[in-house]
Amino acid sequence: MLKIVRDLFRYNREFAVGAILATLVLAMAVLSAFSPYAPNQIYVVPPDAPPSWAYPFGTSSRGQDVFWQLTFALRNTLLFGFAVAILSRILSLVIGLVAGYRGGMTDRILMSINDTFIVIPLFPLLVLFYFVMRDGMNWVLLALVIACLGWAYDARLIRSVMMSLKTREFTRTSVFSGMRMHEIVVQEHLPYVLPIVFSTTLNNINWSIGLEVTLSVLGFTDINTPTVGTMIFWANQHSAMVAGIWWWLAFPTAFITLTFIALFLLAVSMNEYIDPRSRLARMGQGAG
Amino acid sequence: MPAPGVERYRSSRDGLMRGYGVYVLKRFAQFLLVVFVGISLTFFITHLTPIDPVAQMIAGITAFGQSDPESVAMMREALSELYGTDDPLIEQYVTYWTRIFSGDFGPSLSAFPTPVTTLIGRALPWTVGLLMTCTLIAWGLGNVMGGLAGYFRNSRALKLFGVVAMGFHPIPYYIIALVLLIVFGFLWPILPTSGGAGTNIPQGFTAEFIGSVLRHSILPAVAIVLVGIGGWFMGMRALVSNVVTEDYVVYAELGGVERKRILSFYVLRNALVPQVTGLAMSLGAIFNGAIIVEYVFAYPGLGRLLISAVYAGDYGLVLGVTTISVIAVSAAVFLIDILYPVFDPRVQLT
Repeated sequence: MLKIVRDLFRYNREFAVGAILATLVLAMAVLSAFSPYAPNQIYVVPPDAPPSWAYPFGTSSRGQDVFWQLTFALRNTLLFGFAVAILSRILSLVIGLVAGYRGGMTDRILMSINDTFIVIPLFPLLVLFYFVMRDGMNWVLLALVIACLGWAYDARLIRSVMMSLKTREFTRTSVFSGMRMHEIVVQEHLPYVLPIVFSTTLNNINWSIGLEVTLSVLGFTDINTPTVGTMIFWANQHSAMVAGIWWWLAFPTAFITLTFIALFLLAVSMNEYIDPRSRLARMGQGAG
Repeated sequence: MPAPGVERYRSSRDGLMRGYGVYVLKRFAQFLLVVFVGISLTFFITHLTPIDPVAQMIAGITAFGQSDPESVAMMREALSELYGTDDPLIEQYVTYWTRIFSGDFGPSLSAFPTPVTTLIGRALPWTVGLLMTCTLIAWGLGNVMGGLAGYFRNSRALKLFGVVAMGFHPIPYYIIALVLLIVFGFLWPILPTSGGAGTNIPQGFTAEFIGSVLRHSILPAVAIVLVGIGGWFMGMRALVSNVVTEDYVVYAELGGVERKRILSFYVLRNALVPQVTGLAMSLGAIFNGAIIVEYVFAYPGLGRLLISAVYAGDYGLVLGVTTISVIAVSAAVFLIDILYPVFDPRVQLT
């Protein structure tokens, strides 16, 4: 495992850059544990102070230290992404594996439903959901809803991998040796599918964080939980840009952008690592 | 008497046409399924959540001013009728569908008494125009550049283009739009950052109006294209670098076929097929993005309508825009699907 990481670091520039950025973002999120202020406290520092040694990222018009606020925001945003990714992975794994293994009618029905969820524009639905829930909207609920809507794309991918695995020799051997479907799928096929699941997880985190940021920037979530989106929401509420308090907008925007690029690069490098053809091409390039 | 080969050709062509008919029917069934599931989702969201939409709505009216008692009464009546909150759930569901089939979402609250459908009809062309242009530009440019980058693997300029495109790709539309707004609204104000056209210009097919529309659409379009291009670029580059190792490409090269011809007819044509499927599959996501971008730049399309309807507490309008979005996106996907055999002649037989 460590050797793989080392090799990736050496031969795969995307992985190296992605890993460094991801570490930086994670470190910020971990720092939230050492914050001198509670996340929801306001007017604890002088408002509108520009970045200085005392307040490295400045302070907001709500009297919050932007640096410490951002650590909480990144932590919550990342947790949100992980929660959605894990929940939707379960759905996409089950549906993808079953559809791919069973084939035939089961596959056709599941994939019709799957394609339906791929096509439906989710954002208006989420907005409608917020509109109905209003103050009942919270972090957990949003994660649940997004997870229930966001499994389809990856289920299709997992299905296609499963379909090719099914035609391999060892599947037939397992069937003839009397293993049952769930045993074959979990014990024999899952190990092959997991790397792909891992790379789709990274993409899914990106996707769900993107939705969360967008919804909360518009104020369509629980605006009292600090996330990167709600930080930008409050900055907009106080017209930070017009008032010249650029640091209130710039740091959250910069860090969330870094997060997206980090996760994306990691996912891309994972994909390449999984596909041996491109890996060989790259190693050849590195050697030559 | 025609030669047997011709006969066989004809019958296989008839088979193809019949195959295409079956294919279109299947895709149409899928389209209906999407609309059915999408609209049912809106129904369940609005009916199974513990909050009473009518009460919510009336609260919205009082909270946002506009509490002319007559209009409130009308709204309450229209809403109770629309949601039929006293009927059993299944009956409400049927009523809901009849409402949607007749395109009747009641009057809008925020622009009372304009019907919701009128507002949507006004906004839809803006969204369709912006979205279609941007998607075509992003898809076309991304595929061409990606194809070139996959074919000419050592070109430095193409590598640089790839790095830039990939850098923009994972960033959500809102962030890109916000940065563009800050740069071109505050730091270097050379482009209009809000609205669909200058307000003092009469609408019509005049050079001035069209010019103004184009100028206003630059920033939203750039935001959508910047996010979109990287995905197509990467996909196409990977596809092309796989296709170029195929035997028929090597054979064509050995046979002395011009490189330009190999690239456009042998390589790009084949690599393009999955990209068309990809376009159909990501249309929903692109639409989501366009909604946000429209809001940021106050572009008069569906996105701004939807979000300002939420702020105004306009239930009928939110529901109407959501429904129309589902129908419009799935119709667009259906269109791409039935054009798909043009790109891939093998598909229609199954």
